[in-house]
Amino acid sequence: MILVVPSLVIALMYFMFSDVPHLPGTPSPFDNACLIMLGVFPLVVMFLITSITMQRERASGTLERILTTPLRRLDLLAAYGTAFSLAAAAQATLACVISFWLLGLDTAGSPALVFAIAIVNAVLGVGLGLLCSAFARTEFQAVQFMPVVVVPQLLLCGIVVPRDVLPDWLQWISNAMPASYALEALREVGAHADLTATAARDIAIVVAFAAVAMGLAAATLRRRTP
Amino acid sequence: MMTSSRDELHRNAAPPAVSVEHLTVVRGKRTALDDVTVHIATGSITGILGPSGCGKTTLIRSIVGTQVITGGTVTVLSRPAGSADLRHRVGYVTQDPTVYQDLRVVDNVRYFASLYGNGAAAADEAIANVGLVDHRTALCGNLSGGQRTRVSLACALVAHPEVLVLDEPTVGLDPVLRVDLWEQFRHLARRGTTLLVSSHVMDEADHCGDLLLLREGRLLAYTTPTQLREDTGCQSLEEAFLSVIRRSTAPALG
Repeated sequence: MILVVPSLVIALMYFMFSDVPHLPGTPSPFDNACLIMLGVFPLVVMFLITSITMQRERASGTLERILTTPLRRLDLLAAYGTAFSLAAAAQATLACVISFWLLGLDTAGSPALVFAIAIVNAVLGVGLGLLCSAFARTEFQAVQFMPVVVVPQLLLCGIVVPRDVLPDWLQWISNAMPASYALEALREVGAHADLTATAARDIAIVVAFAAVAMGLAAATLRRRTP
Repeated sequence: MMTSSRDELHRNAAPPAVSVEHLTVVRGKRTALDDVTVHIATGSITGILGPSGCGKTTLIRSIVGTQVITGGTVTVLSRPAGSADLRHRVGYVTQDPTVYQDLRVVDNVRYFASLYGNGAAAADEAIANVGLVDHRTALCGNLSGGQRTRVSLACALVAHPEVLVLDEPTVGLDPVLRVDLWEQFRHLARRGTTLLVSSHVMDEADHCGDLLLLREGRLLAYTTPTQLREDTGCQSLEEAFLSVIRRSTAPALG
């Protein structure tokens, strides 16, 4: 499921856009949409998987128990982070290969950069998921963090309405959300052959967000509870 | 007759495995434990008994170091409970079997083995000790409740802890298994492991060297099964416990 679904959705989009006319000289609508999906999927899927798994770990008592063992908290988070990021890497690899080779996705920048941004997004999703799991009492609530945490980011990141035509206050909110930078980086890679300074800065910002989310998540892992 | 750690403590001055001094725990608005003081000798089996909600699990969590305590001290193996180096030496079996349902028995135990820095051989030994060799490749989700309890126990045994704390380990087990498990606890105690076992079933008290009787967060008695029978004049421990409760709640009439 994790592996195949994003690729299938991207293929679906390929057929959706196949008859859409576009001006010569501009990137095709499919290229645009596909690029966005390659960034969005790792974030969404990893957020969901991580928040639910971690919530189960908390609810079942296994978390409290493994925290009585010599395991260090950062090790636990790092292990979770790596395991899910590997799954995300496999997913992104498949999606990228299918998009670039089979479906003829064309970006000015290197596919490797697209892949790298997809992975960074996945790590961000893992970080946010680990953090949000602390605030969910049930798996049901964990799933509901998706519309709370992820959907506003996607709405405000410039996919639906370009960021510069948003009202001022929404632009400020958008500026504070990591997904805005992730999508901007993908656009930059789509439009420029080299890694631009903006793209590099954006990637760094997303990594920083992910690191902060992981750090905060570590703070929610308490060995002693009331 | 098993030796009592209380007698032992009086005989020699070896430091107790677990020392609880004036422990008070307030959870929310309720006082879960109220000024509890006990000293548990190395290599003893101590039963923590009392009705449900009396503070057994809170006492156990305080000893393991996962409970935020309000007052008093808990010292385990001469360190404050929950110290980093105690995590190798204290095993904890939670009340609900905390194992991963979607993993096989052997993977669960190996996972805990590796958390304690032990290998696959230790995991196999622990599985054999709880009598689950036939089920080692079964998914935990498909096991019966009693089998899951034993997997949970194996996950603690794999660390070869010096202090093993078990929260209601025999709930939902059939009598044959219960006897097996107690036999194993005695075996561990003979090798020097200190065991704390909570239960709300009084018949299990006879397996223990010492008894802690708790009620509503207070320590009613710290005694031995024989002593309890003598003090109360009751043959059945169930009745003895009830008589202790009656005495403690109505001291003026006593």
